[in-house]
Amino acid sequence: MRSIMMKNAVLIVASAIALTSVLRGEEKITVKGSDTMVILAQRWAEKYMSAHPDVVIQVTGGGSGTGISALINGTTDICNASRPIKPSERDKLKTRYGSLGVEIKSARDGLSVYVNEQSPVKELSLQQLKDIYTSKTTNWKDVGGPDEKIILYGRENNSGTYVYFKDNVLLGDDYSSSMQSMPGTAAVVNAVAKDKWGIGYGGAAYGKGIREVKVKKDEGSPAYAPTLENIKSGNYPISRFLYLYVKNRPTGALKQYIDWILNDEGQKIVSEVGYFPIR
Amino acid sequence: MLTAKASEPSVRSKVDKTEAEGVRLPALSTKSFANPVHPGSPVRRFIKADLAKRFRLDEFLAEKLITLVAFISLATIVMIFVFVFREAAPIFSGKSVVEATTTQTEPMETYGDEYVGKSGGAANSQNQNFISVETAGAEGKASLSNLLSTTWQPVSSQPKYGIVPLVVGSLKVTLLAILFAAPIAVLAALFTSSFAPKWAKEILKPAIEVLAGFPSVVIGFFTLVTLATLLQDFFGYQFRLNAFVGGAAMSLAVIPIVYTVAEDALAAVPRYMSEASLALGATKWQTAFFVTLPAATPGVFAALLLGFGRAFGETMIVLMATGNAALLSLNFLEPVRTISATIGAEMAEVVFGDTHYTVLYFLGAILFVFTFTLNVVAEVFVRQRLLKRFRGG
Repeated sequence: MRSIMMKNAVLIVASAIALTSVLRGEEKITVKGSDTMVILAQRWAEKYMSAHPDVVIQVTGGGSGTGISALINGTTDICNASRPIKPSERDKLKTRYGSLGVEIKSARDGLSVYVNEQSPVKELSLQQLKDIYTSKTTNWKDVGGPDEKIILYGRENNSGTYVYFKDNVLLGDDYSSSMQSMPGTAAVVNAVAKDKWGIGYGGAAYGKGIREVKVKKDEGSPAYAPTLENIKSGNYPISRFLYLYVKNRPTGALKQYIDWILNDEGQKIVSEVGYFPIR
Repeated sequence: MLTAKASEPSVRSKVDKTEAEGVRLPALSTKSFANPVHPGSPVRRFIKADLAKRFRLDEFLAEKLITLVAFISLATIVMIFVFVFREAAPIFSGKSVVEATTTQTEPMETYGDEYVGKSGGAANSQNQNFISVETAGAEGKASLSNLLSTTWQPVSSQPKYGIVPLVVGSLKVTLLAILFAAPIAVLAALFTSSFAPKWAKEILKPAIEVLAGFPSVVIGFFTLVTLATLLQDFFGYQFRLNAFVGGAAMSLAVIPIVYTVAEDALAAVPRYMSEASLALGATKWQTAFFVTLPAATPGVFAALLLGFGRAFGETMIVLMATGNAALLSLNFLEPVRTISATIGAEMAEVVFGDTHYTVLYFLGAILFVFTFTLNVVAEVFVRQRLLKRFRGG
């Protein structure tokens, strides 16, 4: 008897907790998508929720591909993406919702290429990066390093960073099969930090134990590091926008949140996390 | 006057005594111990209708409820089968490449552009480098030749769904895991059942079963951060995350399963066998290896099959520890990509109904059928061979 009463009590308490959020009339915003942006999105959400206690924001990662799929499947309000949405994905959005989606630029990022701290390689050109990641170049000595095999690390194929790198550096070619797919930028950094002859790529905000390689557009140009000035001026060759995608023009609580992100407060957090503000 | 009957001497004497004391009893000649007659109760014959079950509501309900629950369990298994195969079915009908239609020409609606600073920068590099090559979102044909190819690049302008490297990767890691786990687990089981004193048995068995409670994500994480570096420093191979590391980590998860089932099988060997062997002069280890272990072979084999099934479907450990590169090679010091890790990493990103989605479900169906078959064979094997053997079959 007592155990049955206990179980009933637990059920009632649990449903009461679940109901309070509904009854209190809280605004719920779901944010899913890019792992590159997940820390940034969490900081935004925390700061915003502390200033606006009537809004509840739920942030998940999973990769830009996951976020865009969630937008198409209807399981998220805002999708974080570190790559632009593709026409076929817009098609699918149109078939389901009749709208083509709205793109919002929320931050700038320089796609960094990492090597281990102990590696002597300091500069790479875009063509060299392409050859390395399609396994045309397999030894460090061909790009100015010692005679060791290059170990490739990259992201999983649900990642916007994966797709962006493929589009802009590999120019559409396939990655080498020997590229090891890590579940997030932090995992790539961890892997390269532990591997003397590893190379990896990812968003600018994650580097520890590794060194960012200076990238040059071609053999003749000077090499640039992914710093704020270089990215803003366009000298760093692989820089990109970090996007937010929503289904329709934002209204209500969603609009307030997005406006807050695009304003000074949100952009200050962007700089704190390590990315670059949009202005 | 009651006549003495040879078949009921003790009753007879009792009646005689009570007759002598003057108590009247009913005649006993037609009754037996099956129909005891209590003093004072109406005498009645036992009839067939008494065997019919009386209807009791609570018993009826309890029975039906238990049957319903059993059916729900069976129905769940059947429904899982049905759903997995239904989602994987479009692969056989074949899908053609979907061309992007109208939206390619329509410009993207933007919001918040007034906040974006003017810069020669990122916008330009975007325009220069951005190739409108349809990388993500392109649908490929999941034809048989595509499925049997050796490249797995589903996110690409020409999606490649070659599942061969994934299947080979799964098999590599599983075989390595069994190779490490089987000797350790079977020998531990043998030790526990044949050699260990009782106090040691009581510590060992629960301790190894605690290892079964380790969440696999913890094992995977520990491998990724610590074990992989240790093994690389010790052996000095090239790739830090490879099938060898994945197999070593997986064996930590497989050992408890193999141990538990093998130990049960070894303990179930009848004692007369080992005692007979010892009586004939064999030493303890001779008995263990040449009498007990062969006698428990069906059970140990079932244990290995269960361990194999577990290792084949394990996801988190391989997702973190094997490097996830879809390479097709027999070298176990190279990274691999298993079926389970592929499904785990990619299922979240696919749009429902995509070709990629269908191929992932197809992989899931393969995984499901394989482990299901293994478990059924292990179960049937144990039941039929083992039980029959010990009933004297």
